[in-house]
Amino acid sequence: MNSMISHHDGTKTQRRSNLRALVPSWLNRPLLWFFPLSFLLVLFFYPFFRILAYSFNVSTLTTDNLNFAISVLFFTFYQAVLSTLLTLLIGLPSAYLFARFDFPGKSLLRALTAVPFMLPTVVVAAGFSALLGARGWINLTLMNSFGLSAPPIQFVGTLGAILLAHVFYNTTIVTRVVGNALYHLDPKLEQAARSLGASSRRVWWNVTLPLLRPSILAASLLVFLFDFTSFGVILLLGGPRFSTLEVAIYTQALQFLNLPLAALLAFIQLFCTLVFSILYTRVVERSAVQTAPRSAESNVRKAKTPNEKFFIIALCLLLFALFILPMFALPLRSVSRLDADRAQLGPIQTGLTMDYYSALFVNVRGSIFYVPPFDAALNSLLYASATIVLSLLLGFPAASALARPGRLEKILDPILILPLGASAVTLGLGFIISFGRLLTVPWLVPLAHTLVALPFVIRTLQPALASIPDRLRQAAASLGASPFRVWRNVDWPILRRATLSAATFAFTISLGEFGATSLLTRPDDPTIPIAIYRFLSQPGGLNYGQAMAMATILMALTTAGIFVIEKMRLPGAGEF
Amino acid sequence: MKRLLLFISIVLLLAACGPQQPAALTVMTHDSFAAGDSVIKAFEQTNNAKVTFVKSGDAGAALNKAILSKDAPLADVFYGVDNTFLSRALAAGIYQPYDSPALKNIPAEFQLDPTHQALPVDQSYVCVVYDKAYFASHNLAVPQTLEDLVKPEYKGLLVMENPATSSPGLVFLLATVKHFGDPNYLGFWKNLRQNGLTVVDGWETAYYTNFSGSSGKGPQPLVVSYATDPAAEVMGAQTPPPDSPVGVVLGPDTCFRQIEFVGILKGTKQLALAQKFVDFMLSAQFQADMPGQMYVYPVVPNITLPDAFTKYAQIPTQPATLSPDEIAKGRDGWIQAWTDAVLH
Repeated sequence: MNSMISHHDGTKTQRRSNLRALVPSWLNRPLLWFFPLSFLLVLFFYPFFRILAYSFNVSTLTTDNLNFAISVLFFTFYQAVLSTLLTLLIGLPSAYLFARFDFPGKSLLRALTAVPFMLPTVVVAAGFSALLGARGWINLTLMNSFGLSAPPIQFVGTLGAILLAHVFYNTTIVTRVVGNALYHLDPKLEQAARSLGASSRRVWWNVTLPLLRPSILAASLLVFLFDFTSFGVILLLGGPRFSTLEVAIYTQALQFLNLPLAALLAFIQLFCTLVFSILYTRVVERSAVQTAPRSAESNVRKAKTPNEKFFIIALCLLLFALFILPMFALPLRSVSRLDADRAQLGPIQTGLTMDYYSALFVNVRGSIFYVPPFDAALNSLLYASATIVLSLLLGFPAASALARPGRLEKILDPILILPLGASAVTLGLGFIISFGRLLTVPWLVPLAHTLVALPFVIRTLQPALASIPDRLRQAAASLGASPFRVWRNVDWPILRRATLSAATFAFTISLGEFGATSLLTRPDDPTIPIAIYRFLSQPGGLNYGQAMAMATILMALTTAGIFVIEKMRLPGAGEF
Repeated sequence: MKRLLLFISIVLLLAACGPQQPAALTVMTHDSFAAGDSVIKAFEQTNNAKVTFVKSGDAGAALNKAILSKDAPLADVFYGVDNTFLSRALAAGIYQPYDSPALKNIPAEFQLDPTHQALPVDQSYVCVVYDKAYFASHNLAVPQTLEDLVKPEYKGLLVMENPATSSPGLVFLLATVKHFGDPNYLGFWKNLRQNGLTVVDGWETAYYTNFSGSSGKGPQPLVVSYATDPAAEVMGAQTPPPDSPVGVVLGPDTCFRQIEFVGILKGTKQLALAQKFVDFMLSAQFQADMPGQMYVYPVVPNITLPDAFTKYAQIPTQPATLSPDEIAKGRDGWIQAWTDAVLH
């Protein structure tokens, strides 16, 4: 490892001159940064600091308020650390499973484990309660089997529910980011260690794991930030006894109208994010690893030993129980008659039905807020496509600059992560006072989605860009390849997988995004999560059924979307 | 040639400021707002306008966003402040007064703002709602009063919304303040906590995830919700059941009356149109559309209600009320005391 670092340092100057040779002269650093930074300035820094300046008041720095802030901060950290550790516990073996083994149903399982990431929390809460709630399947089964009078498992309203939901949401981040790195690891390093007599375990601890460290850290950071800023999960599954910084900001700003206290909390959250981002960028920067592009046959294989078979089967079962079962509750409910259980009050109506789906196409109450499901799906897909294009367009230049960091990049790198950890509630209020009526223009939606997706896209692209060996570029260039040809034949094969990963992030983030969308959408063009929420905010079995049907459509659409993105191939690229 | 140019410029001028261009009106509301498509279209046609609705969160959040954007308002009209938050809206000065001619049709009991900045639109009752099937199959009497709720036979049966994050939760807290008085209401809440009260963040979770009488089939057969739920469950069913699956507890002070208001936001550039829209919300046409859309009662008398309303919705005879001034003085303190007593 040490020798690798010195090697890395030694080639820095040489690298820079290469870059000059390969990149057209007009494409210099300030230009790489111009669009991503302007974007962040207008859509993040300006509104965020405007609302902080508007709200902050020194008189709010009382002992009571500070004590309150510290206790909230403590719980926020506590649950985020626990959640991140648990997510790694499930995510790392899964990343290994998907990156190294080939087994039937792999693509589908991988696509399905990515679906939770974009499900609106209302829907996830409904799924978990159907499974683990006091009257969920598991409790009912246990009560019937053992003749219990009370449900044995208390789930909703516990810390366990928060942790489980966070694992459910974020495991796909670890699977994707670490899996991507694992897939690109140069197998020669592991082979060399093995040929020198190292056991598999020793190879894993001394070679593979250290090489994976940047990607594990990157994944942990993203997971941690999501847990740290968790909002919907805490409100819906944790219940009112638990409060993270974001929940406290929401309550203080939007219920008590205590803007100074909300601003204080938002400032603390921003500061923590900044500190964490700086630490993280320092650590990742020191452990950059070169990997080699290569054909995939050498690392993806079928299980050989009984141990490997057991590992695959056990992990698949665990993933099924953790990810598929809670989600399965939704499609099941969307086709079951929910007016059942009223036997003594009316005719029995149990059974399967497609009524909720057909009802989606009818404006039952003649409401002005009725959304034809096809339109909502189309809006969602349009916004998601725009988000992919925008975030890649802005993400590529930023990630390219970060992949060959100079002094400027060291400062900018942590700043790019800030939008992920900054309070979304505060940013939303910032939008209100900064943009006023502009809020209702339709193109603001994909811009906001891009803001959320961009840190992911940059984090996913940067390691791949940094991993491109300069030797190959030099060789190609010295053999007379044009810069474009070098890019196509050297860079792109390495980047392709990371680009697809980044696009998947952008796609799923946009499809499931609710907070910003609900602030920005006009009633005429809502997305699917907005439509789900509209059904759920009205009483009655039909509304509930339609919400479940719409959620099922969202899940199907996301699964299909991830599937398509992953299956996208370039002719002759020969991956898998 | 010159004539042609003149002709073209006249055509362009007419196209630019011709009468076919509808005026845009933006109406900010809370998330629960709903209206009939045909009713809104009728208003748009009559007034050659295009109405855009901006939904801005639950009742409390929507109001605070309106207050926050006071200097550069997001909309021309704001609908959805209720009597629990009325004082905050008036203190913030977001509205401009409008002495609508339609106010003469509205009984004085609803007109809580004598300055006519906030005009009453609808009323509803937050009550304890019960699952009929549960109480029938368990041979358990339905609770009749607030005091009943702390009895051991109802242990663990009630779910309510957090008053700090939800409008019905706050309204129910106010009902207990009215009934038991300050500070005795806290004793009631401590007992209720001992008796297994479940608190969730908002109405959607309480009704669909926790309440057993809804399609979510949760664990609790008692929920803090609205008196119109029995009608809503019938109107919102695939095949209307012969009876409503849910009922309302109609004891003394188990219900609290909520009145919602509309007002014209200061700084509107569409004052005349905004005034017309307010008149329209108070007109018989909109008032008759409202019950079936939002499951609320009109404030204008003698409006024909949907059949399900007359058949299933229950009107409380002894609802609790507090004046906007009392609420303004006590609200935040009560929420804080409640949080300490029930959640910590």
